[in-house]
Amino acid sequence: MKTLKEERNIGLAFSNEVASRLGGETVTSCYQCGTCASSCPVAKITPLFNPREVIKLVLLGEREEVLSGDAIWLCCSCYNCQERCPQKVEIADVIYTLRNIALMEGYVPDIYSDFASALINHGRLAKVSMFVEKKRSVYGLPLLTATGVEPLRKILSAIGFKELQQKKE
Amino acid sequence: MSSYALFLGCTIPARQPNYELSARKALARLGIELIDLPNMTCCAPPPVQSIDLEASLSVAAYNICLAEEADLNLITLCTGCFESLAMANAVLKADKHLKTKINNVLSHVGKEFEGSKEVKHYLQVLVEDVGLEQIKKTVSKSLSNLKVAAFYGCHALRPSELLRFDDPERPRILDDLIKVLGADSIDYRNKLKCCGGLLRGYSDDLALDLTREKLSNTSEAGADCIVTLCPFCFIALDIGQLQVRSKFNDVYEMPIVHYSELLSLALGTAPKELALEAHKIKIDKIISKIT
Repeated sequence: MKTLKEERNIGLAFSNEVASRLGGETVTSCYQCGTCASSCPVAKITPLFNPREVIKLVLLGEREEVLSGDAIWLCCSCYNCQERCPQKVEIADVIYTLRNIALMEGYVPDIYSDFASALINHGRLAKVSMFVEKKRSVYGLPLLTATGVEPLRKILSAIGFKELQQKKE
Repeated sequence: MSSYALFLGCTIPARQPNYELSARKALARLGIELIDLPNMTCCAPPPVQSIDLEASLSVAAYNICLAEEADLNLITLCTGCFESLAMANAVLKADKHLKTKINNVLSHVGKEFEGSKEVKHYLQVLVEDVGLEQIKKTVSKSLSNLKVAAFYGCHALRPSELLRFDDPERPRILDDLIKVLGADSIDYRNKLKCCGGLLRGYSDDLALDLTREKLSNTSEAGADCIVTLCPFCFIALDIGQLQVRSKFNDVYEMPIVHYSELLSLALGTAPKELALEAHKIKIDKIISKIT
C-alpha cells in the first residue's frame, strides 16, 4: 500500500506533465466545482464522458486510465466548459493536450490516424477529388489555387510530427 | 470596397459548392473582394489540434504569414477555419515567448509570423464592413414569410476571449443578419447547444443524438429552416438528418441553409445559380416562400 506522500507524488507527476505542455498549463487550478460537467452537452447524454471526472483523474495521477480510456476522445470541443470555468481552467485545451500525450503513447483512434495521413499526404483533411475540381468551372467558380503541401510537411517534420506518425505505425 | 485574402479551407471546395458560390456571389454584390492566395494549407482545426497543439499553431501561423505577406486580412467561410486561425492569431500576438518558438519552426519554410493582420469570419465582415443598413437597402426579395432558426455552432463563439466574435452566451450577429433580410429569427430550445459534428467518425451514435435533438427542438419551434455559418454544422444537420431517419426512423424535412445562401436569395440571385442540388434535404419549401 502506498503512503499518502507517495500517492500525492504520483498525482503531481501527471498533473505536472500535463501542465508543462502547451494547452495543459491551467489544469492544476481546478477545484472540482462541476460547472464544466453541467455545461457539457456530451455529459448530458452519456455516462462515458464527464469533463470534471477527466480533470479529477489527471489531478489524482491516473495516467494510464486517462490516456488509454475512451473519455478524452468523447469531448465534442464545444468549449462551453472552458468559457464558463470560474477558475479559468482551459478544459477543452487540456483535453487536446491529453489527446496529444495519448497519441504519443500509441493510443491512436482510427479516425485520428486517418486525419494525420490526410494532412501529410494532401495538406488538408478533406481531399478535393478531380471530379469535383473539374466541376468548378461549370459552376463558374475560380480554379483552386495550389495547396502548400511541401511547406506543411516541412513544418510538421520540424516539430517531429513524422516521428509521431512512425511511432503509431 | 474592402479586400480580403479568402481562406477557403478543405470541406467547402470538397463538398459544398453551394456554400462557396453563394458566399462569393453575395460578398461580391456587397462590395467585398475576395483574393485567392496560392499555397494555403490545412487550417489545423480541432482534429489536428488533437494530434499536436504545437504543430497546429505552427500550421495556422504559416497560413496567416501568407496573408501578412500579401498585406491582406483573412476572411473565412468555415467556422472551423475561423477558430483555428483566429485563435492562433490572438494567442501568438499576445504571447511573445510562444511566438518566438513558433517562428523558429516557421523559419524552416522561410516564414515569420508578425501579428500584423486580422482573421475574420464573413459574418463579421458583413456587419462591420458592409453594415446592416446597407444590406437592408440591397435586399430585393421578401423573406417575411420565413421563420428561421439561427444556429451559431460552437467555434465562432468560443473561446470568446480569443475569438471576439460575439457574446458567447447571448450572441445576436446571426439573428440580426437574418432579421435584416426581413425574415423572422425564432427562439428555440437549447439554441446554443452543439450539433455534435466533431464527434462524427469517433462516436456516430453520440453525434446523432445531438443532431437529432437540434432537429427536434427547431421543428417544435416551427422553424422553416435552420441557418448555419459552418460547413460542419451543415453536414451534421443535413446529411445527419438522413442518418437520424435511418437510425431512429425519425423523419425530419428540415432544410439546412447557409447564411450566404439565404442572403443570396434575398439579394435576388436565381436559385439555379446556387448549386442547391448539393443539399441532401431539398430547400424548395423555402424558395417557394420567398416572394
